[in-house]
Amino acid sequence: MIERSHLGNVLAHLILIIGVVIICFPVYVAVIGSTHDATTIANGNMPLVPGGHFLENYYRILFEGTKSTTREPVATMLLNSLIMAMMIAVGKIAISLLSAYAIVYFRFRFRMVAFWVIFITLMLPVEVRIYPTYKVIADLHMLDTYTGLTLPLIASATATLLFRQFFMTVPDELVEASKIDGAGPVKFFFDTLLPLSRTTMAALFVILFIYGWNQYLWPILITTRDDMQTIVIGIKKMLAVVDALTEWQLVMATAVLAMLPPVVVVVAMQNLFIKGLTETEK
Amino acid sequence: MASITLRNVDKVYAGGVQAVRNVSLDVADGELVVLVGPSGCGKSTLLRMIAGLESITGGEIRIGERRVNELEPAERDIAMVFQNYALYPHMTVFDNLAYGLRNRGVPRAEIDRRVDEAARLLEIEPFLARKPRALSGGQRQRVAMGRAIVREPQAFLFDEPLSNLDAKLRNQMRIEIRQLQRRLGTTSVYVTHDQLEAMTLADLLVVMNKGEVEQVGPPLDVYERPASVFVAGFIGAPAMNLIEAKAVNGRLTAGSGALDLPAPAGVDTVRVGVRPEHLHFGSADGAGLTLGLTVDAIEPVGAETYLHGHLDGSPRTTLIVRVAGKSLIPPGTRIDTHAAAGDVHLFDIATGKRLPD
Repeated sequence: MIERSHLGNVLAHLILIIGVVIICFPVYVAVIGSTHDATTIANGNMPLVPGGHFLENYYRILFEGTKSTTREPVATMLLNSLIMAMMIAVGKIAISLLSAYAIVYFRFRFRMVAFWVIFITLMLPVEVRIYPTYKVIADLHMLDTYTGLTLPLIASATATLLFRQFFMTVPDELVEASKIDGAGPVKFFFDTLLPLSRTTMAALFVILFIYGWNQYLWPILITTRDDMQTIVIGIKKMLAVVDALTEWQLVMATAVLAMLPPVVVVVAMQNLFIKGLTETEK
Repeated sequence: MASITLRNVDKVYAGGVQAVRNVSLDVADGELVVLVGPSGCGKSTLLRMIAGLESITGGEIRIGERRVNELEPAERDIAMVFQNYALYPHMTVFDNLAYGLRNRGVPRAEIDRRVDEAARLLEIEPFLARKPRALSGGQRQRVAMGRAIVREPQAFLFDEPLSNLDAKLRNQMRIEIRQLQRRLGTTSVYVTHDQLEAMTLADLLVVMNKGEVEQVGPPLDVYERPASVFVAGFIGAPAMNLIEAKAVNGRLTAGSGALDLPAPAGVDTVRVGVRPEHLHFGSADGAGLTLGLTVDAIEPVGAETYLHGHLDGSPRTTLIVRVAGKSLIPPGTRIDTHAAAGDVHLFDIATGKRLPD
C-alpha cells in the first residue's frame, strides 16, 4: 500500500461519513417517528429525539392493528412475508441447482436449446408475463395460497445462470475422480457439488430472500384476503386512509419491523455471503 | 493385479479429429509403462480411454481377462492420479482416501485399516484430519497417491502427476513413485511429456506422436536404437544431432565435405543422427563419422559443457557436442570431431524410419 497523505485520509473519511449519514438519516427518522404519538407527527414538526410511546406503538401495530382503518395486526403480515420470502429463496435455489446441474454436467439432445430457453426467461420478468401468469394461477385455484404467491416467482433464470457459472469453474477432474471412486451422478451432486456450492448458495439466499421479501406487485394481485397480506402491501394500505389521519407513528413502526428480517438475514450470513461472491479457491 | 492389453485402439472425436490411431500395446502384470510424447500426441487420451473417461471408437481394451470397452470407470477396478490431484476440497484427507471405499461398501474397520496403512506408507499420517487446502503441493500429491493405493486396484493410471511440482520435489517424488510401484507390484500406466521422467521410471517406454505409437521398448533400448527421426529427436537431452547427407562415391557427405562417413549400399540421401555425447575431438579412422564444425556458443552446466555450433559449409545445420567437465574453447573456433561407427544412426529421409544396420 502506498503511504497516503493525512489530508487524503481525512477527505476519504469525510466522504464516507457523509454517505453513511445520507443512508442512515431516513432510517433514524423512521425509528424516532415510531416512538411518538400520532398528534406529535401530525402537527408537521418531525421530532429528532425519541418519544415515550415506543412500547405502546409496537404493541398496537403487532397485535391490534391500526385503529382508523381496522387493518389486520402486522404480526400476521410479517409471518406471511417470512413464509413467502423463505419459499421463494429456498425454492429458487433448489430448482436452479438442479437445472444448472443438468445443463452443465449432462450431454443430452437439445441441451443448448434448454439453456437458451432458460436464458430468455431472464428477459421476461414477472411484470411482463403477469396477465397469463395470473390467469394460470387463478384457474388452478391458487389465489390466496402460499403456493400461488410464490410459485411464479420461483421459476426464473438468474439463479440458474449463477450456478451454471459456478459449476463451470469446478474442475472436470473432480467429476472424473468421483466417477473412478464409484460415485454416480446423484452421489456426486450431494457429496461433492452441494458442499462446494455452499457459499454460492448462501450468497444467493441473501439476495433472493430480500428479493422475495420486497415483492409488491405480485402479492397485491394474488391476495385478496387480509390474512394473506404481506407486510410491504400492509404499509402501502396503511397510507391510504379515508376520512381520517394517517397514523404515521404506526406506519413507521411497521416500516422498521419490515426492515428487520432482511437485516437479520444479511448480518447472520454476512461471512458466507462475502465468501460466496469473492471466493475463488476450489 | 492384472495385465493391460490394447488391440488396434482408435479414438475419433466428434469433430472428426483422430486423437489415437491403431494403438496396440501389452502391459505385463506388475509392469510400469510410460507413455511419452509431445503435447497433443494422444497419450492422455489413450490413458483416459483405459480409465473409461473417454469412449473407445475402435479396437479393444482388456484389463486382466476382462474386456472393459463398455464398462464404467468405477467397474474397471483402476485408480487414477490426476495432474492437479483432483482432491475433494471440502473433505479431510482421511475422507478423501476413504470416499472410494465407502462408495463400494467396504466395511468401516477395513477402511480404517487401509487408510492407516496407506497414510503410513506415504507419511501423511499427521495430515489425515486436514483439508487439502492446508497442504503443500507435495503433500497433496501424496494424498492423491494414497487415494489410489487404498483402493488396491488392478492398475494405477498416472496422468502427468508431477507436472505441478517444482523441479526438486519432482525428482524426489519420481523416485518415490518408482519405489512404491515396485513395492506394491501394481501394474501402472504413466503419462508424461518429460523424457527424463519417462526414461527413469519406465520398465517399458512407449513413444507416441500424432496419435500413433512410434516405438515401444525398454528405455535404454529406445535411447540407443531410436526407431525413427522423431524418437531420436525427442528422447535424450540435449537432442540428437540430425544432419541430411548425400552418398557420393561410396561416402556419405554434407557441408562440402565437413561430414564424412562410409555409405551403406543402395543409399542415396539419408539423415545421419549422432548423440552429442558420442562426438569426440579429433578425426576418425575412416570407418566412423567425421564432423567438422564451428563453435557458436558455449553452455557450461557444471559437470559438463555443451558446445553449440554449426556444420562447416552449412550454417543452418546446428550441432551440439557434449564435453565432460569445463571447456575453454572460445566461440568461433573450428573443431574436428568424430564418432564411432556404432554410435551413428541412419534414417530414411522420406519416411523418417531407421535404416537397417
